[in-house]
Amino acid sequence: MAHDPHPSANLAVPAPEQPGTVERSDTARRLTVEAVSLSFGGVTALDDVSLDVHHGEIVAIIGPNGAGKTSLLNCISGLYRPQRGRILFHDAAGAAHELTRRRPHQIAAVGVARSFQNIELFAHMSVLDNLMLGRHIRMRGGLVDAALYWWLQRPREIEARRRVEEIIDFLEIESIRHHPVGTLAYGLQKRVELGRALALDPELLLLDEPMAGMNTEEKEDMARFVLDLGEEWGLTIALIEHDMGVVMDLSDWVVVLDFGKVIAAGTPDQVRADPEVIRAYLGDENLKGAGPAVVSAAPA
Amino acid sequence: MTAADTLPKMLCARARERGGATALRQKELGVWHELTWRRYRERVRDTALGFLELGLERGDKVAIVGDNRPQWLISELAAQSVGAVSMGVYQDSAASEVEFLIAWSEAVLVVAEDQEQVDKILEARTGLPRVRRVLFYDSRGLRKYDDPLLLDLAEVERMGARRAALHPGEFEALVEATRPDDVAILSTTSGTTGKPKLAMLTHRNLHAMAESFTAVEPLAPGDEFLSFLPLPWIGEQMIAVACALRVGFTVNFPEEPETAQQDLREIGPHMLFSPPRIWENMVSEVQVKIEDSSWAKRAIYGWAMRKGCAAADLRLAKRPLPAALALERRLAELLCFLWIKDKLGLRRMKRAYTGGAALGPDVFRFFHALGVNLKQIYGQTEVSGISVLHADGDIKFQTVGLPVPATEIRIADNGEILTRSPAVFVGYYNNPEATAETLEDGWLHSGDAGYLDEDGHLIVIDRAKDVMTLHDGTRFSPQFIENKLKFSPYVREAVVFGGDWPFVTAMITIDFANAGKWAERKQLPYTTFTDLSQKPEIYALVREHVARMNEDLPAAARIRRFLLLHKELDADDAELTRTRKVRRGFIAERYRPLVDALYGALDRVPVETVITYQDGRTATTRTELRIESLAEAVAVPGAAGRGTDEAPRAENAPATRGGRG
Repeated sequence: MAHDPHPSANLAVPAPEQPGTVERSDTARRLTVEAVSLSFGGVTALDDVSLDVHHGEIVAIIGPNGAGKTSLLNCISGLYRPQRGRILFHDAAGAAHELTRRRPHQIAAVGVARSFQNIELFAHMSVLDNLMLGRHIRMRGGLVDAALYWWLQRPREIEARRRVEEIIDFLEIESIRHHPVGTLAYGLQKRVELGRALALDPELLLLDEPMAGMNTEEKEDMARFVLDLGEEWGLTIALIEHDMGVVMDLSDWVVVLDFGKVIAAGTPDQVRADPEVIRAYLGDENLKGAGPAVVSAAPA
Repeated sequence: MTAADTLPKMLCARARERGGATALRQKELGVWHELTWRRYRERVRDTALGFLELGLERGDKVAIVGDNRPQWLISELAAQSVGAVSMGVYQDSAASEVEFLIAWSEAVLVVAEDQEQVDKILEARTGLPRVRRVLFYDSRGLRKYDDPLLLDLAEVERMGARRAALHPGEFEALVEATRPDDVAILSTTSGTTGKPKLAMLTHRNLHAMAESFTAVEPLAPGDEFLSFLPLPWIGEQMIAVACALRVGFTVNFPEEPETAQQDLREIGPHMLFSPPRIWENMVSEVQVKIEDSSWAKRAIYGWAMRKGCAAADLRLAKRPLPAALALERRLAELLCFLWIKDKLGLRRMKRAYTGGAALGPDVFRFFHALGVNLKQIYGQTEVSGISVLHADGDIKFQTVGLPVPATEIRIADNGEILTRSPAVFVGYYNNPEATAETLEDGWLHSGDAGYLDEDGHLIVIDRAKDVMTLHDGTRFSPQFIENKLKFSPYVREAVVFGGDWPFVTAMITIDFANAGKWAERKQLPYTTFTDLSQKPEIYALVREHVARMNEDLPAAARIRRFLLLHKELDADDAELTRTRKVRRGFIAERYRPLVDALYGALDRVPVETVITYQDGRTATTRTELRIESLAEAVAVPGAAGRGTDEAPRAENAPATRGGRG
């Protein structure tokens, strides 16, 4: 590894374009991505990407199509293995886990959960079953436990169900608890997808375009859930999103990718004003006026 | 202890008699939780003493706004226990309405369920200087609020519990001091006209109502009731509060408003009281599901319904069932009705009530065919909800039944229904003019036109000012036509015009869910409500229903032109009351160009709508509505095509005989 873990430095992003003077919450780091590079044959998806996610933050990763956003998320969640660099996850107990060498289920077990851009649920199973399934990684028990079901396994299943019911309550999906996921409207399926990630009891939540394809009302609901997850549940969240209105409203910190490189990072206001971002990403000055207006920078 | 003549005393009496029985049940995190009568009383005690700690005094007002939860009833009874008055505010009210009601009632405490409700109060706070505290019980999203007005209701309960430990007997003394002539609740009247008024109902009123109601309707302590309609509504106050405290049956609360239907099925209540909307929805749901099912099921349903209707008509006419029909009816029950009732959660239903507005005879017949004992209740907020009721086995679709005990009904010279009973309210809060108009020598002026039939049953025509005189001189109820229109599963709301015009027209909103399903089945692509409503196929579908309905109406009352509205009627736009009654006058005003077009020559009319999103942004849509004419339906003058499909329906048109008295 070329880089040191620099545990005490509070440098936000070591990207060369970025002056290291930005203000940022001084909480503990949750995720450190260090000089990660990933290529598929001759195509470079990620080129020396570094970023930090601090505890309790909502960090948005934005960029045009093909900028490498989903590839980055896939590296963090263990679906891809980067050729260079490393990714560290610091759990609440203070232990650092290197994610780069772990398999996806191991990463989920240390406290990193994700949702997918295209819904990845079991369409014929009920909402409840999908969530319970998402919970299984937190369930213990083998052959012996199963044999002693009434004494050992049943209390755990009750506990799992209680936890899943809390998620159902949080996401306000009580009325569709027993509906097969495949029959639900798209916006609701996205909500269930988020619920399944929450069932893992993560400390860090990765969301890949949680609001893609939603109408205004569904987006507002989802935005409220994401904010509440930060405020009420104390989760740290990294999300990819195309809707600039949502990004600017929700996030504490924005990282901009273009052609696999970090071209800017900062608070929403800083990023909004960054000429490099405006040039590379938006191609015009739309972003400057982007208050609540929805600026869809890239086609879905 | 003296007689249980106030609501808090009734609560204490039930807690003494059946302390271990279930009083309230609420589903939380997927599991039903029960609250016994003893615990119910304890929580009311703690909350009441907590209110004292906050400085609540006799005669003060406490406003409550939120979904149906135990905390709602506990807050109400706690307020009443210290001699204060509770006022429910519909939970879907806009901030301005909430502000108006709280300011008008001069409430000092507001119990607001969650962030949504708290935001409304805080938004309006400059107009509410009297409000000392806002108490919430769902803290979600409120973590970052540091407004000193806010306090967790659970904390109030803890304060009260400490006080109860220090001063044992204080609560009992307070309850003992409550008097039957204390005002118990301020009840918002549904207000199809203008701003809502606050009817003052005393403990004596509510107690008398519960007394007369349960005298004719023997509700049992073990019965289950599901409370899912807004608690500020007098109907819900009647059953979930007054009658429950009188009889001691169990009140169940749904998990969330959206799950009410499933919870209804899980509870399988013994009684239900709903406005017509709920019953109409159930009929639509069954019709749509049957339409979607296999050929064999449709055939069985059709046969069973025919037998069920025939049996119900005979039974209601108090005529004996022929043995063959009785057997067929039993078979229909086994093959079909049991399953439908099970799906609807009506399987254990002993008595079902409809009230608040008129229910169409077709809907009535449907439930009696199924074997559901559906009965009409007539009353106003001002008589604590009920004055007239169908007795068991004495049900006529076109009437609302007989007065309950201790209630007198009189028809005034102008045809208005007058009521006198111990349940009649004492006046409108801070509104002596309105009180004087409504109460004369103890007689309540209902504003409804009606008459009594030969058996003493009351027949309600409509709101007196809505009754229209057709061009041939007959008086007719627009509501009657609207109810016939709404029997179609594809029609959600209908507004009929005709009084001042040469013929009758209707403005109809389609039922988006059901019409959407129909369109899917016909492989008809559509995008929005507006788009679907303007499809020629949907027009044809509704037209067919209107034409069929016209056959049952006297020629002058037939609908000649109608249009399908591009949006749903909404209480937020003041087009419906909070109890979902159509505000005809307001709609006629708001859609003046559409009404003019209905009586114009063109068959297209442009409309423009401004949509306001939750974040305050607005968008304008423009579209064109089509007007459908059914001129040929009345081309045969006078020759009424009487309904030939089934039992005669002429008796269902009460207003054709109208104008009596």
